[in-house]
This record gives sequence, structure tokens and C-alpha cells, in this order.
Amino acid sequence: MLVSLKWLSQYVDLQGLEAEDLAEKITRSGIEVEGVHHLSKGIKKIMVGQIKEIKKHPDSDHLNICQVDFGEDELSQIVCGAPNVAEGQKIVAVRPNGYVGGKKIKKGKLRGEVSNGMICSLQELGIEGKVVPKKYADGIYVLPEETPVGMDAIKALGLDDVILELGLTPNRSDAMSMLGVAYEVAAILSEEIKLPETAHEESAQKAEEVLKVRVEAKDVNPMYTAKVVKNVKIGESPLWLQQRLMAAGVRPLNNVVDITNYILMEYGQPLHAFDYDALGTGEIVVRLAKEGEPIKTLDGQDRVLNAKNLVITNGKEPVAVAGVMGGYDSEVTDKTTTVVIESAYFDGLTVRYTAKDLGLRSEASARYEKGVDPNRVIPAAERAAQLLAEIAGGEVLSGAVVFDELDKTPAKVVVSPDFVNSRLGMKISLNEMVTILTRLKFDVETANGLLYIDAPTRRQDIKIEEDIVEEIARLYGYDEIPATVPVGESKAGGLNAYQAKRRLIHHQLQGSGLYQALTYSLTSDELSQKYALETAPTTRLLMPMSEERSTLRQSILPHLIESVTYNVSRQQDSVALYEIGSVFLGETEEGLPREESHLAAVMTGNWLNNAWQGEHKKVDFFVLKGILESLFAKLDLTTRITYETAVVDGLHPGRTANILLDGKRIGFLGQLHPAEQKANGLKETYVMELNLEEIIAASIEPLVYVPVPRFPSISRDIALIVDRTTKAADLEATIRNAGGKLLKEVNVFDLYEGEKMELGKKSVAFTLTYFTPERTLTDEEVVAAHDKVVAALTESGAELR
Amino acid sequence: MAMIEQLTQLKEEVIEKITATENIKQLNEVRVAYLGKKGPITDLLKGMGKLPVEERPKMGALVNEVRAEVQHIHDVRKATLEEQAIQEQLEKEAIDVTLPGRPVKVANAHPLTRVIEEIEDLFISMGYEVAEGPEVEKDYYNFEALNLPKGHPARDMQDTFYISEEILMRTHTSPVQARTMEKKQGASFKIICPGKVFRRDNDDATHSHQFTQIEGLVVGENIRMSDLKGTLDIFAKKMFGEDREIRLRPSFFPFTEPSVEMDISCFKCGGEGCNVCKHTGWIEILGAGMVHPNVLSMAGYDPKKVSGFAFGMGPERIAMLKYGVDDIRHFYTNDVRFLSQFHRTEE
Repeated sequence: MLVSLKWLSQYVDLQGLEAEDLAEKITRSGIEVEGVHHLSKGIKKIMVGQIKEIKKHPDSDHLNICQVDFGEDELSQIVCGAPNVAEGQKIVAVRPNGYVGGKKIKKGKLRGEVSNGMICSLQELGIEGKVVPKKYADGIYVLPEETPVGMDAIKALGLDDVILELGLTPNRSDAMSMLGVAYEVAAILSEEIKLPETAHEESAQKAEEVLKVRVEAKDVNPMYTAKVVKNVKIGESPLWLQQRLMAAGVRPLNNVVDITNYILMEYGQPLHAFDYDALGTGEIVVRLAKEGEPIKTLDGQDRVLNAKNLVITNGKEPVAVAGVMGGYDSEVTDKTTTVVIESAYFDGLTVRYTAKDLGLRSEASARYEKGVDPNRVIPAAERAAQLLAEIAGGEVLSGAVVFDELDKTPAKVVVSPDFVNSRLGMKISLNEMVTILTRLKFDVETANGLLYIDAPTRRQDIKIEEDIVEEIARLYGYDEIPATVPVGESKAGGLNAYQAKRRLIHHQLQGSGLYQALTYSLTSDELSQKYALETAPTTRLLMPMSEERSTLRQSILPHLIESVTYNVSRQQDSVALYEIGSVFLGETEEGLPREESHLAAVMTGNWLNNAWQGEHKKVDFFVLKGILESLFAKLDLTTRITYETAVVDGLHPGRTANILLDGKRIGFLGQLHPAEQKANGLKETYVMELNLEEIIAASIEPLVYVPVPRFPSISRDIALIVDRTTKAADLEATIRNAGGKLLKEVNVFDLYEGEKMELGKKSVAFTLTYFTPERTLTDEEVVAAHDKVVAALTESGAELR
Repeated sequence: MAMIEQLTQLKEEVIEKITATENIKQLNEVRVAYLGKKGPITDLLKGMGKLPVEERPKMGALVNEVRAEVQHIHDVRKATLEEQAIQEQLEKEAIDVTLPGRPVKVANAHPLTRVIEEIEDLFISMGYEVAEGPEVEKDYYNFEALNLPKGHPARDMQDTFYISEEILMRTHTSPVQARTMEKKQGASFKIICPGKVFRRDNDDATHSHQFTQIEGLVVGENIRMSDLKGTLDIFAKKMFGEDREIRLRPSFFPFTEPSVEMDISCFKCGGEGCNVCKHTGWIEILGAGMVHPNVLSMAGYDPKKVSGFAFGMGPERIAMLKYGVDDIRHFYTNDVRFLSQFHRTEE
């Protein structure tokens, strides 16, 4: 909402107030002022002049040489390129060394001809193109004939004004009108308010004699009034009216439309003007539209209505979409002589849905949606009639045609001062509360120590006690509220077990050299299931903004890989990222997708990079696996996690493993398939993803101290020749099974698959550690255990090297 | 006498040889050659049998004397040579200590996580629990339970990604509040709710269709607006510095009444006016208010007996203000050159 202070001061005394101070006061007590715009900023020395003589520029086909009278001894020559320049016009010009738009205009020559300044368009004077009257949109602005020559044009154009830009929250629909803002400002300043004059003469003929109004859809249109004005002369609005509209951000059109817009701004009550003759039937019927019923709206668009849309008809066909936009065929034109002014109360939800259905948001619909003041329907119509008589020379038929079943009683709220004070933590007296509410022009009575309040109907947001608490608090001042902390029982706060473990996992991974990444949950349909751990239906947006962000992810990896590619293509060759986040699978009983927390990681480039010592260790499968193993160790899962060869789409078939927890697959790790690497512009890249909830849910054994060994352990190495496909884990299992309880540790210490080995064979060497906490082992005991191991291995087909 | 002369000559010869040695190896050779079992001094002792009996003790003593003297000289030389060897080794082993150390790979949390954890921990210390909820929500929890019935104009404040008429991507973390209240069944509690939220916005320097929020909610008997103010004051001072001031401005949120926005005095200029605070001296940090009675009663609380306060803020905004980040997209691009800047600690 744009508020002209000149306009506002018609209703409330603002004398002696700086615009910035007023803005601060308004902001601190209720409505945020988002901008203070001085219209004359950057403008200096602009003057009203009259063009006395025009000559074509000898050297240009579009420039004219104008002799302009500024009421000085001599005429001033100004070269002008506007197409609409003409002799006799009263215009605005910047004089030499004056400023427009902060730029200095000097005396100069245009293609050899002297030009003492510049004749201005409104845009050049800082007015937005979209509010400039169409007539002057592509040329200079022409002032009314009666404007005195030599006058300061800042005054003549009303640029000696300041506009406050209000950022309105949806509850304050009352401030979508100049009067509403005036009430607010008057309350802040403890000033009185002056309402506009609506009195006017009316002719003997009654409006009812020429117009019938019938409302069929009473529940969504509880009030409809129409005034009829005859003999209207359509024309340009007076300058003051045009200035008011432009300051409010509305483009002036003609006097009748301008008046309806002016009152919309002044009262917040939308009005619509029909051409009485174009209605053709002398009748207005308000009803719900028929499904598929067509209407051409005044913006020239053909539209199709549905059965929930409310329409104004002439008894036969729709002539306006109620509260949204008028119809093309009943619009006021230059030829209109009799005007019907509609002032009505339409149901907010109906208007909101209709505006949404038609994709048509208007100043009118914005106000109806949030609720207009039931008690302004009549005054707004009367004010329109008054202005039509005054400005457009109209003859107002007496009375109005009225349908009225609207409840106009104010909301009644009873509040105890104790309630107000206990909610705020303050001690405001009853009298102070009454004073504040009176400043807001609420009707207040006190009895039995309670406040009995009638909230004015313009304040549709005031309904309950808490609303009164807010009104009192904001005008009393939030600065006055003390700072306390909640009293009463206090419990220890904290993370729950799940959250605590998740943080631990974050810290462990960061400590392992992986940066935490955050990527988007929305992805393309195509990527949504790539690398997914399970097959489940996807969740898609109803109306995505783009295909790229249309579907919820079922795997974190695609976006995480994209992030790695982003880095690699910017000379960051070694990248290690992880992300913990939700994936969205299928649907739960509640109808929501099942959200599962996953952990994913991607690594590429060098793991160890120590340039001057020449140590470079490329990331490989076992680097990533090692990081996971220490994570699992941290979570006491080492003995419960196993790995098995796996095939995962998009991963290298020979370098991929499933991760199993207690034998159940919870994730995978592996190298990206070379084709995927190439497609993503990556070199050797390793990825993993697992179901985080599974590893967090797995219980952890209590930590109990095991005595530090007092007796030595004995180690034996064993080298085996086995088939190349034999798994180290299987060999280890054989060893452990055979080793008995003296065997404490089994570690791979060598792997050889080179030339010296028979084709299809490899050598794997283990160190076996034997130990018992009770005594020093004897050689015999170790030999006996070790022999069993060797026997078991041999039996399994391994050959001792 | 020949033997004495022989001994003296031998002594001089050995001393000369010992003195000439340059390392332990040479010294060992000399030692073995002269003092060993097959060396000339031993030979001399063996040859004593040829001497007259009365000369033998004298001569024996003399030989032993020489032997001891030579041994001593040998020991001194040995010590010198050993010391020399250590010196040489140390010199050889000297390194350039200014060369860089071997890198230890340690990464760090995302800056938004850093901000969120800091806020969580602060409120945990004041007795709050951390509550979380689904990113895909029911219209009921995201809007209706928060006093935003269907068709409410305030729904326009949050452009929504719908999945169906009743299911949507949550536009704020407030549905967690609604769910928590429902679950707590009338009990008093304090929670802080961090999470991802979604709005129908085109991504640019200041907008992101996905971002994070963190909200707080306290419900109990006699919770006052002054408690909200005091709590926010503690938050502002811990998060942005002990000398921060806060101010509350009236605002509107459908789920709170009264509703306010909280500004803090600018941490860069201290209120003088600068680019960070757009020359106002104040920076808008969060929205807050007293829980609307409709929200309480919809979750089964009696608003006559129980009240509450709520507040919510955007970690992106806080991180951008705190660290001077100029483009919200940095948080979702995952450029390591950006992420790694949030490694170190702060005062």
C-alpha cells in the first residue's frame, strides 16, 4: 500500500512531523513501513511554461524548436523530441542547471540549435510508466489550461509529497485504505480523525424507478447497493484526482473510473461502474455462474466461468465477475451518459477462489478476500455519487437500490485487565488500557473491573481477547515489556538417543576428512530412483516449477555426485563429500511418503596428498571402506557388519559391495561405473549410501573394561594359494572356525596376484595371533591350534605356500 | 734391557697408531692388533718366561702399566671418535623444519549445520528438547492446525509445493510444533525444531526453493510475552555478542497473537548504521509471538489454562549475516572452497 502523506493529511493532522519519524512510529506500533519516497528527490528547478511557437528543427525529422513562455521577459527556446508537443500547451520544463532524476540539465545545443532546458514527460519526473495516463505515456505531460505560467512545477504536479510504502500483513486489511491508515496514524499520534464529505444533491427521480436489483446468491452476497447517476460527462479527471491516483500507484483513465478507483483507495470498498444503457435491461441479478458460462472481461479476455464463481448479470448474461473484474460490454466508455455505481459486500472466499480460478488478482479482489468493512458499503456509494456530481457533472438519482441482509454489528470482546497483564507479563492499569483502546476508536465500557469492547467493523481482525492484548501491547510499546524467563518446573533438555548418535556420525565422518554437503530433496523424475536402495513408488509434485525439481529423491547420491562434478570442473580434483538426509519412498498409512534418513558419501582424486614428499595416495575402494569400518567400530557394529559382492546399477560390477547388518542389506559401496564416471566428467570415483536409521537403531553393548593382557601373545604367519575368486572373508571365517578359543586375531598382511602366480590363482597371507589371558601359552598349545587351522584350510582347497 | 726398550718402542708405536685413527673401526683394528690375545704386548708377557726370575715381577708390572696406559689412551680416543660419529650423524640427519607438515585430513560440518547446532545447544542448555518431523506434510499440520484454514488469505504468504490437495512439502517447521503438541497431550514442554522447508520460489541470490528453519515453542501454565522477550534476549546475546540489544516490532503470523518480529542492534556497527543493517542500526532476525488460542485448542490444550510462545528463524539468513555470505545458493552448491572456510572455531 502506497500512502501519500498529502492525501493522508486530509484526514489526520500531520503538521510538524517529519516523514521519517512518522514512518518509524508506524513501524514500531504495528505496520512495517518498507520505504519512504520523497517524490521531489533528484528534481530541481522545474517550472510550468506555455509553448508559444513551434518550428521544425531544420536538421531533424522528429525534433521541434519550441519557444516557451515562463512568465519572464523573454521566451525561452527549448528543443523537444516528443511527438505530442503542440502550440499553446502548458508544459513542465527543467530550466538550465536544474535537475531531473538526479541529473543536471545544462543549457546546450541539439544538432546546432540552442536548447535552454528540457520539456519533461512524467516518467522523466520519476513517475512509474505504468501509472502515467495513456495519453501521455509516450510523450510530454500536458497540464490543464488554468495552470499559471512560471509556477513551480513541483507544486503544480503535487511532487511536494512523500509516499510511505506500507508492507501490509494479511490481517490488516483495514490499512488497505487511506481512511484505515488514517485511523491507525491518529491512534499512534493521539489525534482526531476527519471523515470525507459525502453530502450531495439528488434529483427527484428515484434510482429504484430505473433499476431493479435482485440477489439470488444471498449467502455469498449479503449486501448489494447501486446508485444511478445520469448525464455524466466522461472526460479527464481533474489534476488533483490524477495525482492522488498516480501517488497510490493507479493509472488515471477517465473521470468515472478514476472516481471508483479513488474511493477504493480512500474507503477500501471496491466499486464498479456500469454503463446503464449497455446493461440494456434496467436490471441487475446477482447469482452463481453456470458451469462453462462465458464472459469477456474489460481487459478484452474471453473467460469461462464455473458454478462456484459469483457473477453480476443483467438478468440474461454476466456483465461482471463479482469482486474481481467488470465485463467488457458494460464498461464505461466515452459515450456513456448514465452510470450505475455498484457498492457491494461479496464473500471473501468466493472472490478468492474466483480470482484464483481466472488467474485474475485485482485491487478489488485483494480487498474482498481479506474482508471489507460492512459499514462502509453505503458511505462509499454516497461518496462516489458526490464526486460524480462534482467532477463529472452528473445528476444523482435519489436514493439507492439496496439489497441488504448483511450483519453489521461490531465484534464484542470482554477482557479482564488481569488477562492482558498475565499474557504480557506487565502491569498496565485499567485506565491506560481504556485510553489506548479509545485512541484506536474502539468503543470501551468498564464494569466489574472488566473491559467491554465493541471493535469497529473496519477492524475485521479483532475477534478475541488475545487480539485486544496485541492492540494494547503494540500501542503501549513492546519496549516496555520486561525480559523474564519461564518459571515453573524445569526439565533437563537435550538430544534424544537418535539425534545424539546422528551427531556423533556427523563428527566422525568430518573427522575422517569428508565435508558435509547439503543438496536438494527435489530432483527430476529420471534421477529420482537412480541408486535407490529399494524399489518404491515415487512422489511427484502436483505443479512442479521445472522438470528438474519435480520429484522427491529416493537416493542422495545423484545430487551428491553432481556436487562432486561441480568441484572437479573447478580445479578441485580431490573431493570427499557426505550428506545425511531424507529420501522419500512409497506411501505410509497416513498418506505421506515414508521418509527414511540416509547417509551417502562420494570420494574422488587423492586421499593422501603430500606434494614435497612425493606421497600421493589415490582414493580407492578400501579408503572409503576403511572410513566406514571406523564408523561402524564407533557404533559397536564391527562384528555385525559384513560385505558381499554386489551388482548395483551405475556402479562398477567388479568393485561393488553390499553392506549387511546382521545379514540384512542396509546399503552399498563401490566405484562408479566407468561409463557413469565419464558421463559426469569424473575420474575414479567411489560412492556409498546406506540406511542411517538401521545403523542408529542397532543397539550398542555397554562398555565394560577388559583387563590389559598380562601374558604375551604368540603370532604365526600363514600364506595361502587360492583361486582368484576366493574371498578373504571366507578364508578368515575358515581360520576362525578352526582356530578355537586361543585364536584372538586374524589379519591379512599380504595379497599377491602377479606374474609369478599360476593363472587364476592368488596368494593371501594372514597373521594369526594366539592368546589366553590366563597364562603364557606353550608351544605345544599353539602348534596344536595352528595345525587345526592348516588342516581346515587345506580341506577347503587352499594350498600352503 | 732389550725388553724394556722393546716395550717403550711398542708403547710409542701403539699410541701413535691410536691417535691416528679416524673412526671406531680403525680404532678397533688397532686395539685388536696391539691389545688382543695375539698382539705384541701379550707376546711380551708370554716372552717373560725367558727372563730371570727376580726380574719377572718388575717386568710384569711394567708391561701391565704400559698396557693400562695404552688402554686408557684407547678409551679416550674411543670416546672422542664416538662423540664425533654422533655429531656427524646429527649433521647428516638435520632437516628443514620450515617445510610443511604431513597433512591430516579433517573436514567440517556444513555452515548451516554449524549454525543449527549452535542454536540447538544454546536452547538445550535452557532445557529444550529437539523435535523433528517429516518434510512432506499434511495440509492439516502445515496450515489448518496452525489457524490457517483452507482459503485463508495468509496462505499466500507461503507459496506452496503441493503433492496432492491434502499433501504438501512443508513450508515451515511449524507443523512439528502442531504434531508435538498433539503428542504431548496437554503437558507442558519446551522444544526447538530445526529442519528443511520448501517454497515455490525461483532460486536466485536471495531465494531458494529449499532452505532451513529453526523454530522454538514453549507451552505451559502462565507463559508470558515477557518470557519470550527474555528468552530471545539471551539468544541474541549468546549468538551475536553480549552487548546486543533486542527490540520487538508488531507483526502478523496466523499462529501467534500477539505476533512480533525481533531486531537486534547491528553487530557490525553497534547501531551507528552501516551496510549490514542498511543504515538503520537494527537487523531483523526472527518472527515470534504468543501461541494463538486456536492453535492450542486444536491440539487439545485449554487456552484458558495454558499459554505459550513460539519463535522461528532462518539459519541461512543468520549464516549470511554472521559470515557475510552474499548468495544463498552457496549453501546448496557444495563448493569445497566454500565449505572448507567453516573449519575453524570462533571466539
